[in-house]
Amino acid sequence: MTNAFSGRDSADLTLDRLARDELETDDVRIHPQTLARQAEVAERHANPQLAANFRRAAELALLDEQQVLSLYESLRPHRATGEELEALAARLDAVPAPLCAAVVREAAEVYARRGLLA
Amino acid sequence: MTDRPVGRIRFMDQQNVNLDGFAHEDADLGLVALRAPADPEPSLVVREGRVVEMDGRPAEDFDSLDLMIAGHGIDLSVAAEAMALDDVELARMFVDPSVPRHEIVRLVAGTTPAKLARVVALLRPAELTLAMTKLRARRTPSNQAHVTNRLDDPLLLAADAATAAAYGFREIETTVPVLADAPSNAVAVTVGAAVASAGVLVQCSVEEAMELEMGIRGLVSYAETVSLYGTESVFVDGDDTPYSKAILAAAYASRGVKMRVSSGAGAEVLMGGAERCSMLYLESRCVSLARAIGVQGVQNGGIDGASVASAVPRGVRELMAENLMVMARNLEACTGNDALMSESDVRRTARTLPILLAGSDYVCSGFGSIQRYDNMFGPSQWNAEDLDDWLALQRDWGVDGGLRTADPDDVGRLRREAAEACREVYQWLGLADFSDEHVDLAVDAAGSKDLGDPDPLVVLGAAQAIRGSGLGSLEVARALLETGYEDAAGRVLDMLAARVQGDHLQTAAIFDESMAVLSLVTDPNDYAGPGTGYEPDEQRQAQIDAIRQARGVEDLRADQSAWAGDWLRPTGAASVGTDPREVVIGLSPGVGRTVWRTLSGLPVLEVLRELLAGLEEEGCRARVVRVNATLDLGMVGLTAARLAGSGIGIGLQGKGTALIHRRDLPPLANLELYSMAPVITPTLYRLLGTNAGRHAKGATPVPARNPYTDEAIEARYHTSVIALVALERACVDRALGNEDLEVSL
Repeated sequence: MTNAFSGRDSADLTLDRLARDELETDDVRIHPQTLARQAEVAERHANPQLAANFRRAAELALLDEQQVLSLYESLRPHRATGEELEALAARLDAVPAPLCAAVVREAAEVYARRGLLA
Repeated sequence: MTDRPVGRIRFMDQQNVNLDGFAHEDADLGLVALRAPADPEPSLVVREGRVVEMDGRPAEDFDSLDLMIAGHGIDLSVAAEAMALDDVELARMFVDPSVPRHEIVRLVAGTTPAKLARVVALLRPAELTLAMTKLRARRTPSNQAHVTNRLDDPLLLAADAATAAAYGFREIETTVPVLADAPSNAVAVTVGAAVASAGVLVQCSVEEAMELEMGIRGLVSYAETVSLYGTESVFVDGDDTPYSKAILAAAYASRGVKMRVSSGAGAEVLMGGAERCSMLYLESRCVSLARAIGVQGVQNGGIDGASVASAVPRGVRELMAENLMVMARNLEACTGNDALMSESDVRRTARTLPILLAGSDYVCSGFGSIQRYDNMFGPSQWNAEDLDDWLALQRDWGVDGGLRTADPDDVGRLRREAAEACREVYQWLGLADFSDEHVDLAVDAAGSKDLGDPDPLVVLGAAQAIRGSGLGSLEVARALLETGYEDAAGRVLDMLAARVQGDHLQTAAIFDESMAVLSLVTDPNDYAGPGTGYEPDEQRQAQIDAIRQARGVEDLRADQSAWAGDWLRPTGAASVGTDPREVVIGLSPGVGRTVWRTLSGLPVLEVLRELLAGLEEEGCRARVVRVNATLDLGMVGLTAARLAGSGIGIGLQGKGTALIHRRDLPPLANLELYSMAPVITPTLYRLLGTNAGRHAKGATPVPARNPYTDEAIEARYHTSVIALVALERACVDRALGNEDLEVSL
């Protein structure tokens, strides 16, 4: 059994419930714990990088659509200053999304070196 | 002297292959396939657990790509062992069936981009094929379709998506000529695919941010337009960095959306940013990067730059080597054969064939399931024009290229259901209204040119409504259910449930038609030499074999029966004639019993009418005899000649082959042979009769010139010939002897 973001069991995603308009967006949204479990599977199948991605995804699963879209936008080249990226990392730490915060901090360092900051 | 080349060269210049561009190698521009002088020597220096030098470059000079790869993409626990291996030794392991895939994966995880490029460049084409057979992640091969049209017409998209699913494609990629139409296309394709099959993954390829938005909202189930490039300058020109891509990868996974990246030779050359490196080395950086940022798969093998690679020597080999690097890095490979790389059918087939033979996670990263003109990615390497060719190729080689024959009746039914379901969904959601006539046109259309001129604002309006209201797949499923498409609704809902479970996020995942996930985890490639690895099961083999054009004797018997008539009546045993003007027409045993129509489509009666008219013109008397003892044309003709008062006979087989014989010749000699049955015309049969008459009178007629054709006449007719011969052979009866026949013209 797998629980959706809302906590509903994925086995409950039935046409009857759909017909009764009982299903919400969060009932078809993946749960962070599921991503953590997929990370273990990837680890066991010789891809630690894919596992790391799923762990970052488990953090992003907690953010809403706009937060995810704007995080991506901030990391595109010449979008943010070093201070803005550090502020972003701090907000991610607070989610808590420490793995994603680490990516942002590393990016800030690399962007400063390679002239990719705003 | 003339300044133009001779005719032979002018003729060759006109052939399709000469529409292709061929370039001299130019390392300064990056126009080199496998190895350029500026490619770095492989190296890796690690100090205190950190990479301090990679491929000849010290850490202080690393660009953002190097930093991502060196920091996250190399397994340092195996690096020393892997980097110390001789290139040839490692290359041999790729093809050695006794070295298992997981051992290659373990070692390659410790290699740098330059090292892996060096190794795969050593593999010759047959070795690449063998290595691909062994190294792809998923055991069961599959294929991906493009479904698009010039108009973004939702009903046609739905009908074409259903068609693609019916033909066996497990992923469907759509895109738009008008960016704002994207959400509408995603909905239409989702509906169409769900009508035809469970578990078809759907994506809409657009700009990165918009694609992500659609993924998060659940309008698509996978993403692929996430481009990586092999140099930092081109990467940044593409408005991304390795770090933004890493976050993008996590963003998709965070919503349960499958995702792979796109790279491939030629992109850096086209953007003037190859930094004098070979295409293979730059692509090796992309593949290392893909692994480093944590995506499950890569679409490469040229893609939009495929024709750049194939313009230079060994370019096509480079394209395949790119795919192999992806597999060796333990990632899903979506192996190009996407953008059309040649105007020549020979070149494009030759480019694809080794990958089809080897099998790949997705043989094509976009088989244009629609016609070339409707492909909004640009024409593909393979298109609707080639679907039957692909099915024939699978059958010829006994390999699984991911497709199957769809029953024509099913295609018609599914297209109607898809178009109608799409109309109902759009109406129920308040997106647009479509007329009955529009549905009918979409169902029957071979392409969007058959749709007339629908109002483009209707699609745009629908797309804006979808985007504005934040509508997703859950609402699409509800609309399908409310409008009576329960199965399709269930399939859309099942896909959403799969997203919650997340098993399809693992490497190389597809769903089969019962929604089981096939991936590196659940269906790992276990090739270890002959007798191992993927082999189509009995049911799948039957699908591959059963193309709709295949015919057997029973089909031909039915075809022939439709032309049956009672115009030949036996009147008794045939004896030797005495009239010197008599010519006998000998018929093979099946004529008028099982065979009534020749290969050219002429009824045999029509042929007889011409022969008799020709003989009559020469003042000869004709007798028609059935030779029951043999179907050999020489013997039929000779028997007829021996029965004829003149000693001249005509032999005619049911399939239309005919000859003139004389009683004193050996069986295999004859006076005139009309061997090209499929192209013999009534006029030629008349001439045959005339010439037989002239022989009977002792004259020397001008022999008929056999018609010539440059068509593959044997390919067209040999199967019919075999069946016709079988029908005739069943009628052979030596005991019946030769029978006189009365012909009712």
